[in-house]
Amino acid sequence: MGGAACERVRWYFTDMPYEIHEKKGSQPKDKAPAPAEDPKRLAEFEARIARDETIEPKDWMPERYRRQLVRMMSQHAHSEVVGMLPEGNWITRAPTLRRKMGLLAKVQDEAGHGLYIYCGTETLGVDRHDLIVQLLNGTAKYSSIFNYPTLSWADIGTIGWLVDGAAIVNQTMLAKASYGPYARAMVRICKEENFHKRQGYEIVATLARGTPAQKAMAQDSVNRWWWPSLMMFGPHDKDSPNSGDLSKWGIKRKSNDELRQRFVNLTVAQAKAIDLTLPDPELRFNETTKDWDFGAIDWDEFWRVVGGDGPCNRERLAARRKAHDDGAWVRAAAEAHAAKHAAHRGAPSGAAA
Amino acid sequence: MATTGDTAHPLWEVFTQPPGGGPHEHAGSVHAPDAELALQNARDVYTRRGEAVSLWVVPSGAIVASTPEDMGPFFDPGNDKAYRHPQFYKVSQGVRVF
Repeated sequence: MGGAACERVRWYFTDMPYEIHEKKGSQPKDKAPAPAEDPKRLAEFEARIARDETIEPKDWMPERYRRQLVRMMSQHAHSEVVGMLPEGNWITRAPTLRRKMGLLAKVQDEAGHGLYIYCGTETLGVDRHDLIVQLLNGTAKYSSIFNYPTLSWADIGTIGWLVDGAAIVNQTMLAKASYGPYARAMVRICKEENFHKRQGYEIVATLARGTPAQKAMAQDSVNRWWWPSLMMFGPHDKDSPNSGDLSKWGIKRKSNDELRQRFVNLTVAQAKAIDLTLPDPELRFNETTKDWDFGAIDWDEFWRVVGGDGPCNRERLAARRKAHDDGAWVRAAAEAHAAKHAAHRGAPSGAAA
Repeated sequence: MATTGDTAHPLWEVFTQPPGGGPHEHAGSVHAPDAELALQNARDVYTRRGEAVSLWVVPSGAIVASTPEDMGPFFDPGNDKAYRHPQFYKVSQGVRVF
C-alpha cells in the first residue's frame, strides 16, 4: 500500500476504466473548438461509418473524431499503467508462489495493455512522450477506480473478477470500434483480460469456500467493490456528455447503461455459484425484461471521485513519478548501449542501425 | 520534472509470425534506441504467450505505404478484371470442378 492515506476509505467509486467522464457542460481546458469540417468530406466519412468500414490512421477524419479518440485512448492507456499500482502492492504478499506468479503476469499484462494503447494513440499524430508527461504532471485523467486502496488479499481477487470483468464487457464492445488501431489493440487485450478475470474469480472462490474468516474477507471485499464496479460504466446515458459523438461515429457501439446491465446480468450468477452476496437489497430478476434490476447508484460520490477527491490520487501519482524517475538509468543505459554498438559498426546511432 | 529519454527513442513497427506457418503480420509498434533493444521490447510487449515464432522490427520511417487518396486509381487494375476470378467461368450444372 502506498501509505496511510489509502486506509482512509470511502467505498463508492468512480468511472469506467478507460473513458474518463466529464460532467455535462464542463469544457476541456486549453482546447480550441474543433474547426468546421468540409461537409462533403464529413458526409463521406459518416457514410463509411454507416457501412461499418474501419477508419485507418491515414484516412481523413473529422478533427473532433480524432480528438475524442486521443482523449479516450490516452486515458485508457494511462488507466492501464496506473492500474498496475494497487495490484503491485500485493505482489510481495501473495499467499502462495502460484498466486504470486499469476499476479506478476497480470501486472505485466497491464503494462503491455498500456503500451498497446499508447501505440494506437500515436497513430493519431500524438507523441507518447507528451502523453506520459501529462500523466506525470497530473493534467491527464485516468480511471478513478484505481484511486481506491487494496486493503486485503481478497481485493486482488475481487479486482480481477469484478473490475476486469467490467472491463471485458466494455472492451468487447470497443473491439468493434470504428478506429482500426484501437479496435485491434482491444482484441489483443480482451484475450488477456480473460486470464485476469479467471485468476481473480478463482481467488475469490477459494476464499469463499475457506475458513469463516476467509469467507468474511471475500464478502467484505465484494461489498466494497460492487458499486464502484457498476460506476465504471460511467453515468446514465442521459448524463453522459461524450456519448453522442462516440456512438454516432462508431467508437462506442453500446451505451453505458446497456453495458452496465449486461455486467450485472453476468455477475449475479457468478456470485451465487460461490455463495457470496452482492450488496444490493433491490437486486431482483425482472420477468418482463429478463434483466436483473438493481438499486440506485450514488452519483454524487461518482462525480466527487472523478473530480479528484479519491483516497489515493496523490499516492498513485507519486508512485508513478517515482517509478518513472527510478527508471531513468535504464533508459540512459539503453541509449549508451545503442550508441556504443553503433560506434563499433561505424554507423550513426539511431534507427538506421 | 524528470522525464528522461523515452520517446526520444525511434519508433519501430513490429511484425509477428504465428506458429503454424502463417505470414508475418503487423502487431503494433515499440520505441527503442536500436534494433537489438527494439527486438527485446517487441518480444516483451507482443509475444508473452507464444504468439510468435519469429519477429521483425522495422524502423517506422522505412515503411513506404500507399495513401488513402490513391486508393481508387492505384488499386483499379485489380478491381475491374472479373476474368481473374473462377466465378467468371461457366461450368455445366452438376459437375464438380474440384
